[in-house]
Amino acid sequence: MQFDGQQVLHAVDLDVHRGQTVCVIGESGCGKTVLLKLIIGLLRPTVGRVLFDGKVLTDMPERELTKQRRRFGFLFQGAALFDSLTVYDNVAFGLHALGGKSEAAIREIVQQRLLEVGLSASVTEKKPAELSGGMKKRVGLARALALDPEAMLYDEPTTGLDPIMTDVINELILQTRRKRPVTSVVVTHEMKTVLKVADRVVMLYPLARLTPGENQVLFDGTPDELRQCADERVRQFVEGEARDRLQEMAQAAS
Amino acid sequence: MATVSKYATGSAIDLPRRIADSFAEFGDLSAFGGEVIALTFRPPARGALVPALYTIGVRSIPVVAVTGLFIGMVLAVQSYAQFRALGVVTQLGSIINMSVVRELGPVLAATMLAGRVGGAMAAELATMRITEQIDAMACLGTNPVHRLAAPRFIACVLLIPLLTIVANFMGVMGGALVSTQVYNIDAHFYWQNSHGFVTLWDVTVGLIKPMFFGGAIAIIGCHRGFHSGSGAEGVGRAATRAFVSSFIAILALDFFLALFLNNLYAVLWPVG
Repeated sequence: MQFDGQQVLHAVDLDVHRGQTVCVIGESGCGKTVLLKLIIGLLRPTVGRVLFDGKVLTDMPERELTKQRRRFGFLFQGAALFDSLTVYDNVAFGLHALGGKSEAAIREIVQQRLLEVGLSASVTEKKPAELSGGMKKRVGLARALALDPEAMLYDEPTTGLDPIMTDVINELILQTRRKRPVTSVVVTHEMKTVLKVADRVVMLYPLARLTPGENQVLFDGTPDELRQCADERVRQFVEGEARDRLQEMAQAAS
Repeated sequence: MATVSKYATGSAIDLPRRIADSFAEFGDLSAFGGEVIALTFRPPARGALVPALYTIGVRSIPVVAVTGLFIGMVLAVQSYAQFRALGVVTQLGSIINMSVVRELGPVLAATMLAGRVGGAMAAELATMRITEQIDAMACLGTNPVHRLAAPRFIACVLLIPLLTIVANFMGVMGGALVSTQVYNIDAHFYWQNSHGFVTLWDVTVGLIKPMFFGGAIAIIGCHRGFHSGSGAEGVGRAATRAFVSSFIAILALDFFLALFLNNLYAVLWPVG
């Protein structure tokens, strides 16, 4: 995948099995969010393809792809709530677009999803600007779950939240998996999230820092295997140590 | 880190690239316009059309009315001296009304709307784009162009002609107000001499053109919003470019439509 001639992802081959929770980790700019957007078809790969349930999403016309996207839920980094709509209309958005349900049925689903993420019915008439960061994320999750997705994609779900709210979101990811047989891909650089929710961890590395011919997927395994990984770069990320990175950045800048 | 425009070097080598980029952008705009027009034939998304009609139509009435009023008043002030020199001040209404209804009303009202509606549209959609709201819409199984651009296009095409009627009415009234109250032209002769100069064809031309202006404002505003750069600078650039491009499009369309409609008139009602 490349943008204006700059390659971001190269030869990334990833199989995610039904029901699995995969955490994709890696430093900023390594292409984690791009990977998520490729999965759901918001971006089309320069070369390669994305398969979902045996269907090639990358070759689909936009109209068919729009239908397939309803099988996914996507929690955006900044929640991406529609700021001109109320919380109720945000959560009900996908249901209204899909059609075929009465307003009473939609209202019930909205209230149920809000309850699942720990929000009361009193927030339904609020606009996103009136909500805290944690509440926005939870409304975003309720909106993503409203269509009963088969796969959930989380883009840095805990970024910018306090430690308690971070753990609330982690619990909600676990709760979502417990309540429904959903396949999850979580993009994060929060190691607590990784260790708490992941069945499997995939670590991407920025292309520019790889030696030629090296695979961009530095690590693919369980959280336990991640802890014992011998690769220095993986250990450095897991332990959150800059080491000689500052010097490298200074050299690159000069 | 300071950011530098890709054309900042200003070398001659950039010129072909700039021309190629402009053609590519025009092609992209045309394709987007085609998609928007095609999507207007599908029923509008729930709750999308009425807010667009309200924002674009109802909320633009004051600015369009004030614009129209001043167009008429300025025309009266500027034309009065010439008409007085010729001793035909009671004919002032004919030139004011003709200019307002046929040309100045539609073009200046559209220009005001390009700023108010086109700029706002681009800024709003650009903000939605950079905060990933447009991506979120796509993820919820909605076509963002159908949901966001098509209702705005419909609202502009339907309501800008109606807003032009408001501008025209206010322009005619403004001209009459200055002529009769400031220059003391007899109101009876002013209106009597104005009568008959503006034909049904003039009114029709003055209402056909705004439909095209409205379509152009909506397509350009939405396109700039959907394809904006990132950050506050990207939003600002999207709004500015939407206005500038819409303004140029209005003038170009005005020229070609005038040419076409005049030829059509000559074919429908040949002289002699």
